[in-house]
Amino acid sequence: MDGGLDFNDEAVLVKALTAREPAALAFLIDTYHSSLVRLADQYVPSRSIAEEVVQDTWLAVIEGIDRFEQRATVKTWLYRILLNIARSRGTKERRSIPFALNPSLEPEPAVDPHRFRRYSRRGRGQWKQPPQPWGDPEEHTLATEAHAVIRQAVAELPPDQREVVTMRDVLGWTAAETCNALSITDTNQRVLLHRARAKLRTALEQHYRQGRPS
Amino acid sequence: MSTKTPYVCRNFVEDVTDYLEGALPDDTVARIEEHLADCPHCREYLKQLRETIAATHALGDQDIDDMPADVKQRIMDAFRRSQA
Repeated sequence: MDGGLDFNDEAVLVKALTAREPAALAFLIDTYHSSLVRLADQYVPSRSIAEEVVQDTWLAVIEGIDRFEQRATVKTWLYRILLNIARSRGTKERRSIPFALNPSLEPEPAVDPHRFRRYSRRGRGQWKQPPQPWGDPEEHTLATEAHAVIRQAVAELPPDQREVVTMRDVLGWTAAETCNALSITDTNQRVLLHRARAKLRTALEQHYRQGRPS
Repeated sequence: MSTKTPYVCRNFVEDVTDYLEGALPDDTVARIEEHLADCPHCREYLKQLRETIAATHALGDQDIDDMPADVKQRIMDAFRRSQA
């Protein structure tokens, strides 16, 4: 157990990395490797390129460790390195994500406006075509079907929305972690997340509607 | 009699993310919850959005292969050699 060093303690971890303690780097790799690959996957066209991006990230981490100042957490620092490498590699592979992430100013309704009433007793904006229940998840093997539909729909999102929804909903990051890694405001983060989730819901809705005999 | 414009379904589908993120003022949350109590369609919308989030999260459960042993070795070697 390496003398019982607790690498969850940032100060201990950084000190051990600086001292080139192999267990410290092994801890980082074990903790973050798979989520780095998942994130890199969103920027480049194949898993094998994503794995190369992650390898380059580890080498850059090693190169940069002596210059790391604890203004950010190790985790944030690690992901920033990955994002830089993944974005430039993505540009090379023609799957670029813009460096500046500001949601477009064009309004993007979460739901097609035609699905709401223009006039009604209780005021406009009530559902005219409300969402239909998707049914019992178990009944239509929701898990596997949804998996393919969502994967495709995420791939088709605008790049900035794809990036935010990957961090928040695929990797389970907090809003603060996501804003930090991307250097965006919480408001912009929420707008991008909202638009992404609305599109993913619509994709599932369309999928289940096709599957239902009407 | 409230003079506020009524809170309607179309408002809810745009507020839902801020609602789930806890980013709304208390009085808006109260209006939303009042609306949800009354509106089965918006309750269904919220349920679907939660299912969508869960399905998206499931993408993260896909297996990622461990780093191949030779690659890991190369990185650990680079780490040892890197000390200034």
